[in-house]
This record gives sequence, C-alpha cells and structure tokens, in this order.
Amino acid sequence: MEDKQYIDYVHTHAQKSSHITTLIWAFAVGGLICCVGQAFSDIFSAVLPNWEESKIAALVSMTMIFLGSFLTAIGVYDKIGVHAGGGSIVPITGFANSVVSPAMEFNKEGIVLGMMAKMFVVAGPIIVAGTVSSVLTGLIYWIVGLF
Amino acid sequence: MEIFLGYVKAFAIGGLVCMIAQILINKTKMTSARILVMFLLLGVVLEFVGAFKFIEEFAGAGITIPITGFGSTIVKGARDGAKIGLFESVTYGFRNMAGGLTAAIFFGFFFALIFKSHSKKV
Repeated sequence: MEDKQYIDYVHTHAQKSSHITTLIWAFAVGGLICCVGQAFSDIFSAVLPNWEESKIAALVSMTMIFLGSFLTAIGVYDKIGVHAGGGSIVPITGFANSVVSPAMEFNKEGIVLGMMAKMFVVAGPIIVAGTVSSVLTGLIYWIVGLF
Repeated sequence: MEIFLGYVKAFAIGGLVCMIAQILINKTKMTSARILVMFLLLGVVLEFVGAFKFIEEFAGAGITIPITGFGSTIVKGARDGAKIGLFESVTYGFRNMAGGLTAAIFFGFFFALIFKSHSKKV
C-alpha cells in the first residue's frame, strides 16, 4: 500500500460521522485522555517528590506514549480514532499511534526499509519541526542573553 | 475538591484543543501529520511568547498532554540551555524531546515486531 493510499484510507474511515457528532467525540475523548495524563502526573508527583518538574513531565509523556503504543498494537486505538478523530490525534498518545501504526503496517515490507523507515511517515515532520524550533529559539535566547 | 476541579479543567481545555483540531480536520481535510505539526508549533509559539505557563497553571494536563506540551517542553529546554552557553542553547531543546522520542521509537519497534497489523487489506 502506497503512502497516499494509506492516508486516503485513514481519511475515509475518519470522516464517517456528521460534523457536530465528530466535535463532541473529539472533545470527550481528548478531554478524557488529558484526565488520564493528569492522573499520572498527580501520582508520579506524589510517589517521586524528589524529582524535578520537567522530569515528571517527561515521565508522564513516556507513560502516555507507552499506553498509546500498546493500545495501537492491540488494535484498540484505531477503533477509538474512527469516532474520536482529533480527540485521538492531538494528545501525545496520538503521536505514539502515528509511530506504531505505520511501523506495524509496513513491517511486512522488511525490517529496515519497511518498519524502521516508515515509522517516521508522520513522526518525521514532527521531529523536524521540533528540532528546527529548538535550535532557532535556543539561538534567540542565547543572543538575547548576551545583552 | 480542588483536585477534582483540576480534572474538570484538564478535561475542558484538553477537550477544547482536540475539538479545534477536529474543526480543522472537518473544514480543511488536513491529514494527521499536518495537524500534529501545527499544534506542536502552536505549543512552541505559546511557550516562546510566555502564554503557555498561564494556560498550564490553569489547565494542567489539558494543555501538556496534547502535542502542544511537546512543543512547550522543547522551548523550555532551549531556554534553560541558553543560560549555560551556545552549545547548550542549540542542543538542550532536543534533549527535552529525548524522553518522548525514545519511548515512541522503542515501543514502536518492539510492538511492530510482536503484533500483526490490524488494518484491513485494501
């Protein structure tokens, strides 16, 4: 299956419901996923009081990414995504889904050029955008810090 | 009660962010990659102009669990690095992405090896 076909396939399956229904689904599922994240954040802060805030935040992200990956692997996340649309795409679990889903899909085309390469079909642009912004903002902060 | 209110706020703002994404998907037929990049950059901009921390104080996970939180953490890293030196200013942003990226790639690799794809053959 080509990339474009794959995207079209995802698209046709995500566009089933009417406009308002999709908004309610996105709101409810997205909100719920954020509450799960809030719960992990509260638990980790209580269990690991010595950890700095940024490390707790990273640990919460990693936990959510694990859950998103696992739910994708067992086929549950894509079922949620059919209804939830943006509610399942925008949370960090959706980022995990965007890595695991093509990795599983293209695994049959080989480990290196199939799975390892296609893993970044959606995640690649995010890594590029993130890296470029990190360098640019870092340079701006550094230059401003000189004065 | 205060904890409960925190969850209501996280639900409301998190839901709202996802709903905005859904409006964009419905109106512009944007693919998930474009949506994710756009919200990541939104997080970068909000953190850079200093608005993110106010939203975070109010909504907690409602704004940090969406990919906007990933963008914000990148800028936070860059800001911390810039206090140390030029090398750190360009590398610490990526350092803050490391946890999430490592988890996504590592779990992606192993789950793809272990589990069969569920998508229907087209």
